[in-house]
Amino acid sequence: MALAKDYASVMGRSNEIQKAALGLDYDQFESGRLRFDYEALMTSTGYTLEEIERVQALTGVGNTPILELRNLTALARKYAKPGYGATILAKDEASNPSGSFKARRAACAVAHAKKLGYKGVMAATSGNYGAAVASQAAMQGLKCIIVQECFDSNGVGQPEIIEKARRCEAYGAEVVQLTVGPELFYSFLSILEDTGYFNASLYSPFGIAGVETLGYEIAMQCRAKYGKDPAMVVCTSAGGGMVTGTARGLIKAGAVNTQCVGASIDLTGLHMASDKQFNLKSCTTGHTGFGVPYAVDPDHSDVPRSAARPLRYLKRYVTVKQGDVMYITEALANLEGVERGPAGNTALAAAFSLAQELPADEYIIVSETEYTGAGKHVQPQLAFARQNGIEIFFGDPNKEDKPGKNIVLPKDPSYIKTIDMDLDHMRASFIKKACKKRNILDPCDDDIKFLMEETLATEEFVRNVVAGLK
Amino acid sequence: MAKKGDWVRIHRVVLDAAGRAPSVPEDTAKVPLEMWVKGELQADAEIGEEVKVITATGREENGILIEVNPHYTHSYGEFVPELIQIDKQLREILFGGDK
Repeated sequence: MALAKDYASVMGRSNEIQKAALGLDYDQFESGRLRFDYEALMTSTGYTLEEIERVQALTGVGNTPILELRNLTALARKYAKPGYGATILAKDEASNPSGSFKARRAACAVAHAKKLGYKGVMAATSGNYGAAVASQAAMQGLKCIIVQECFDSNGVGQPEIIEKARRCEAYGAEVVQLTVGPELFYSFLSILEDTGYFNASLYSPFGIAGVETLGYEIAMQCRAKYGKDPAMVVCTSAGGGMVTGTARGLIKAGAVNTQCVGASIDLTGLHMASDKQFNLKSCTTGHTGFGVPYAVDPDHSDVPRSAARPLRYLKRYVTVKQGDVMYITEALANLEGVERGPAGNTALAAAFSLAQELPADEYIIVSETEYTGAGKHVQPQLAFARQNGIEIFFGDPNKEDKPGKNIVLPKDPSYIKTIDMDLDHMRASFIKKACKKRNILDPCDDDIKFLMEETLATEEFVRNVVAGLK
Repeated sequence: MAKKGDWVRIHRVVLDAAGRAPSVPEDTAKVPLEMWVKGELQADAEIGEEVKVITATGREENGILIEVNPHYTHSYGEFVPELIQIDKQLREILFGGDK
């Protein structure tokens, strides 16, 4: 008998569909009321860092060059106090086969799917990850389906997402495009069930282990080229995979004094599942609409336990405005002769400001660039914004920015200034959500210890938040 | 008239507005969840008719035929004069412009 494919029936089979599609039983990692064994999940890939490097190298992924952004560094120094202004570097991840660092994540997931005998791979993503999975599937001879949230109810698509669909199709993948809404997961599960393909989730341990090589390379290349570790690595943060994997790679390289900083575009006030607001965003990723919810509740993705857990690693998380990112994207092309973005340029705008806090003999590195093109370039982004009634003008982004209403381009580079997010607020939110989800009002000592590991918080902090639950 | 074997784009409503997840915002709850996919047309048909296609991975999908030989129209967008101002300003600050 055919299985019922209505919404409730498919969602009801979610656990068994996911288990079959991941080749991994997540129940084995659950080890307490709250606790699960994160490191066991990460080692369940069975691949060491060296093996992952080898798997990635087989398809030309990784070992990307570091670009020294000399003119942007000189520009930042004009606004720093004497002796300050670290050298700004960027890891040119656009030179991966699919044009972004996501190739690292996809290489491992697709190789693993192939090893386990799956005929195809699927991913739910409107971002570069789709192109990365499609590219890897092409190279490794598997079929590929990408499910995208792409259009509003008028059938108007985000140009950036349409370009990513084009790239997926160029690699031979099937692209299923949907209107706005979290029920994308229903369509995704339903096709996963019908096809029996592998869920190449961004949040699987393969997806995160694939990024560890990025952090590792950053440390090794900086040591070889500059004789020291970078003072800061700035990661654009959305789902948290970049931060998590890069930080883990840096630790594996022994770069314990390098600070890993998350950066997102501030889109406060825009609802990510709103049909009307969908096309009022002028960037589709690297913003707080993903960055914050995934940091405070990582386990609401397409796997039972996300391997991306940014609060385990973040000691600082900053925001910039849409206008800052667009300005710095133009500056990157015009001053460095490098046309990239948008995603990595969120971190670049942040790095431009953060570099001014650091001494001139230090190095700050942006963890990624990505390919640009039709739809993704800063001009179509701004033109699309204008078509949607967004006001664009020069001013002070930190004073005048209103997401969904305007894009404020900094009136000069001195106006590009990061704002620190309150990490303690996010930690408290994480703790409350984790306890409420499992209905725990009286966490035991082990629960407390686990929450400390999950959020880098002190015992006193966790106990204070927990006391407020009752 | 689209011919059997043509590469086409189809559209289908996946969930009616009434069947949407309870968690979606008010404006989204008022509209259906819609899907678009491309594939090879399985029988001759007119635009607007319900058809069957076989997708790039060999899946069968059905929906309303909306486009034959679908193509991309995204671009580098209309001219945005502010970008020229940014370029001029950056060169002025860093290299002193034409001075």
